[in-house]
Amino acid sequence: MRRQSVPIVVAGLATVGVAFFILPLLGLVLRAPWGSAARSLTEPETLEALRLSLVASLSATGVALVLGVPGSWLDSTFGITLPFTTAGVVMAETFVAMPFLILTVEAGLRSMDRRYEEAARTLGASRWRVLTRVTLPLIGPSLFAGAVLCWARALGEFGATITFAGNFPGITQTMPLAVYLLLETNQEASFILSLVLLLISLLVLIGLRHRWLGSA
Amino acid sequence: MSLDASVRLSLGVLDLDMALAIEEGEVVALLGPNGAGKTTLLRAMAGLVPLRAGHVHLDGKVLEDVATRAFVPTEQRSIGVVFQDYLLFPHLSVLENVAFGLRSRGTGRRVAAEKAVNWLQRVGLGSYAQAKPAELSGGQRQRVALARALAPDPRLLLLDEPLAALDVTTRAEVRRDLKHHLASFPGLRLVVTHDPIEAAALADRLIVMEQGRLVQAGTTAEVTAHPRSRYVADLVGVNLFRGRARHDVITLADGGSLTTVGTEDGDVFAVVHPRTVALYRTRPDGTPRNVWEGRAVDLDLHGDRVRVRLAGSPSIVAEVTPAAIRELGLDRGDSVWISVKATEIDIYPA
Repeated sequence: MRRQSVPIVVAGLATVGVAFFILPLLGLVLRAPWGSAARSLTEPETLEALRLSLVASLSATGVALVLGVPGSWLDSTFGITLPFTTAGVVMAETFVAMPFLILTVEAGLRSMDRRYEEAARTLGASRWRVLTRVTLPLIGPSLFAGAVLCWARALGEFGATITFAGNFPGITQTMPLAVYLLLETNQEASFILSLVLLLISLLVLIGLRHRWLGSA
Repeated sequence: MSLDASVRLSLGVLDLDMALAIEEGEVVALLGPNGAGKTTLLRAMAGLVPLRAGHVHLDGKVLEDVATRAFVPTEQRSIGVVFQDYLLFPHLSVLENVAFGLRSRGTGRRVAAEKAVNWLQRVGLGSYAQAKPAELSGGQRQRVALARALAPDPRLLLLDEPLAALDVTTRAEVRRDLKHHLASFPGLRLVVTHDPIEAAALADRLIVMEQGRLVQAGTTAEVTAHPRSRYVADLVGVNLFRGRARHDVITLADGGSLTTVGTEDGDVFAVVHPRTVALYRTRPDGTPRNVWEGRAVDLDLHGDRVRVRLAGSPSIVAEVTPAAIRELGLDRGDSVWISVKATEIDIYPA
């Protein structure tokens, strides 16, 4: 049996495709300063970055294994599933927006005078009472600002939602996804939806202007 | 019943090693320069800084003992603290601040509020219950801090520089109030301060510390009469010398010597009051046993007197009238003869 011949067009396209990988590699190889290669590779910064990359990526794999395997087990055994559900949307948005809250609250905690907590403890307050009656109220403005930032980020979230939760109307289709969809089928309607989102943001901004201007 | 503390710990450059006891009914002042470790010692007693070695006993109860690993956390110690800048909770009203300790220790809302109002009236701030701390003056804040610390009825009250945050005009008045309130509090009282006037005004007994160590302890009169460190001598405003006495001549540690009368041999402190130091343009020939030449380094007007800092062997501070300065024609950098009568030197064992 003779080998199946490859159509000339496919071969040409494949060559172009491979060239996309080969040419940059070739360029890099040609331009690399091979004389100082050993030195560049053994520089502390390089080794440190390499070490960090390996540690971080391996750790991420480990965490994904620890969390992901039980997750898929839940799915296959009990039919409990997060992707393509509203809970999945919440998770995706939490994942993307939480850093905004954490960063703001952390900055608030760092600028707070921690001796207030000590004063509360000398007055007999338990750890829980110190947290709820002293620490949280004192970082209230940061907590609030962080929550608003977090909410704004989550409201506009697109990528994580559509990747992780899909795009099912009523279940996982958030406003940004709806706007994206309409943009391809009904541009005018997508403008209206965008305006609604903008309006919500604007109203929130106006509603909170005193808080920001006042506590700045 | 009393406080008995032995505190050893290191914190940054500070190496603290202090023993401290407060007896029933006493107000004790912990006096020392900035950085001596006073606040750290106070925080250690409150359980806010762990000890490396030592113990804290209150009324015979062990609050902390490194040897037996006993440790009662801050919130369970019967210790009230008035912090240097008061640390009133800015988000709570004055009333809620004062009620905070009672509420933390399980008193019901209404009873706590009643007691807090009572305390506010005692410190003369009954009409400020609903105000926020930011609306009060410094002196008022201090009184709220005092009421807040006293409201839960602690056994030991610690005050960290209670008057330092106030301006000079209100300080005397607030000090008088504070003395009154301290007197009516039945527990043990410790005031941390770097101000000798404050210490003398508020306390029955002084404990002087420098660089984490005890320097001197005693009543105000004892400490000021017989300073045992340059710090205390400077506070009292006298010249302090340390040296070794032998046959009525003290060889000073920092150079020079002083002749005295009827001194036992050994290591001694010698105190010379600046008022008893006499100055002459030329070498005096008379009865004074101690005559030496020095140079005026600094002239400083203090009320109706001029304090003259003199470099020599030994260096000394003299206090003379402005008229005497004019007669001598003394100016900074001039040479001058110094004399001190042997009978004006106060000697005590080091």
